[in-house]
Amino acid sequence: MTSLTEKRAPRPQPEARKIRGKVHLREHLMGWLFVGPFGVVFLAFLIAPLGYALYLSLFQKKLIGGTSFVLFDNYVKAFTDPSFLSGAWFVIRFSLVSIPLQIVIALALALILDSVTTLFARFSRLMIFLPYAIPTVIGAVMWGFLYSRGFGPLTDIFGLFGATAPDFLSSDLIFYGLLNVVTWQWAGYYMIILYAALQGVDPTLYEAARMDGAGRWQIATRIKIPLIAPALILILVFSLIGTLQFFNEPQILRYLAAGTIGADFTPNMYAYQQAFSLANFNYGSAISFALGGLVFICVYAFLFFTRKRRSFL
Amino acid sequence: MTDHTSVRAGARRPQRYLPLQILLGFLVIYFLVPFWWVIVNSSKDAPGLFGGGNTLWFTDQIDYLGNLRQLFTYDGGIYLRWMLNSTLYAIAGGIGATVLAVMAGYGFAKYRFAARRFSFAIVLGALMVPATALVIPTFIMFSRLGLTNTVWAVILPSLLNPFGVYLMHVYARDAVPDELLDAARVDGAGEVRTFLQIALPLMRPAVVTVLLLSAVASWNNYFLPLAMLSDNRLFPVTVGLGLWQGIASANNAGTTSLWSLIILGSLVSVIPLIIAFFSLQRHWRGGLSVGGLR
Repeated sequence: MTSLTEKRAPRPQPEARKIRGKVHLREHLMGWLFVGPFGVVFLAFLIAPLGYALYLSLFQKKLIGGTSFVLFDNYVKAFTDPSFLSGAWFVIRFSLVSIPLQIVIALALALILDSVTTLFARFSRLMIFLPYAIPTVIGAVMWGFLYSRGFGPLTDIFGLFGATAPDFLSSDLIFYGLLNVVTWQWAGYYMIILYAALQGVDPTLYEAARMDGAGRWQIATRIKIPLIAPALILILVFSLIGTLQFFNEPQILRYLAAGTIGADFTPNMYAYQQAFSLANFNYGSAISFALGGLVFICVYAFLFFTRKRRSFL
Repeated sequence: MTDHTSVRAGARRPQRYLPLQILLGFLVIYFLVPFWWVIVNSSKDAPGLFGGGNTLWFTDQIDYLGNLRQLFTYDGGIYLRWMLNSTLYAIAGGIGATVLAVMAGYGFAKYRFAARRFSFAIVLGALMVPATALVIPTFIMFSRLGLTNTVWAVILPSLLNPFGVYLMHVYARDAVPDELLDAARVDGAGEVRTFLQIALPLMRPAVVTVLLLSAVASWNNYFLPLAMLSDNRLFPVTVGLGLWQGIASANNAGTTSLWSLIILGSLVSVIPLIIAFFSLQRHWRGGLSVGGLR
């Protein structure tokens, strides 16, 4: 394939010169032809729903008087609604704990797997990645069993030491119960991305550093981590977007942890309840939109923060 | 390619670090515990499950076949239907989303058309739109069109994969040289033929990655089908098992058999994706590094 280029490229192309104006129009057309189909889907399933959600969120449906335009009343209501606020506070708190935890574990694993090259290390890499292939719903179901008093092993294990097993489905510990499920589910995926980035680093850099007397720890912290910073930022952004929209795991564990997880546990669950259990689509849309705004603000704040940090480095 | 080098380097000088490997061993146990629990407990019948024996080891009665038969015949074989639905949604959504993403990524990378930068910036911005925020308005739009509670309600929205477009754009820009495309054009190949015969083979690792990621996203989807579907014969397996979980928890004592179905059902449901991941391993890892590096 490359030999083809070398043969053809040096040849002068008089025709190409002559029809430059036409080529230009053709390029516009072809470009849009390739992007067009995705563009249609993008407009239909992203732009249109977003616009529609915004529109819906500006109305209120009352038992008497029907639907009326209320401008930002739904948003005022949302930001003074204790259900929405406590849900939003929960996902923010949960992000602040779970994301650093997952990234630290994923980074440590990726660094270990990058330097240990035995067969067992390769096997571990696959096993640690395995949970990513499990739907989050099934992951939550599995952990729900492990937590449960009835058929989980915790009672037995703690019983051996004469202690009472912690109940990860109780309101005191549900935070940690969910933290464990999420870490189990995603740390392996982030590890694979970081590992792939580490594998792309030129190994001669390590040799050079070793000659300069750098130890293993210094190579990891001074060379490897800065070089994979873009990958780190990418997974941080993705985990932030995902965690703020927290829905599947608490929704599934709700069934087992009756009373611990309410219908307004996270903003997304609250929006779902408003829209689909109470048929209050206007307020549900407003909550979704407010959540979208929250995600935007957090992501941009984070990107702004890291940009500043990176310019210092 | 990079992986290849490292494997060779490893063969030359295997790096052991025993303490790190022991640490890895403990972590592997942690990551495998839920699988182990599910494998063990799906061999048990209801008395074995609730008898209070060791929950991390088998009982005397190992009855996978009986439990499997029960799983696949319960409620007129609804579980098999859920698995087939999941497969349909994953394949249709995965392939559709990939075709669109590959074309768009190539278009963005290789043609300087009007409003290109602006449109691409919008697609990048869309990466940050929470997908679930779209579900409520899409549901209302679809219900106006009479599309809710049909397979289209799940398949059509999964065609949208802005991250796939981004990944394909990065990959096409770096892996497909402009000179090669120009050479093909000079040789008289049309734009479509150039794309299909020259560019597409070069983009294959990224295509496999995007295909796998979109298929997994469709297979794992829960919020969208939960909102869109009310007929349980259209449910994917995620929503179906969630339904069983809700029923079983609501009347804990009466439906003990449902618990063993849920346990075995979760085990069976994860097998296809695990096979897909491991058999395509070599292909998707190369694609992931591209997404991670940029």
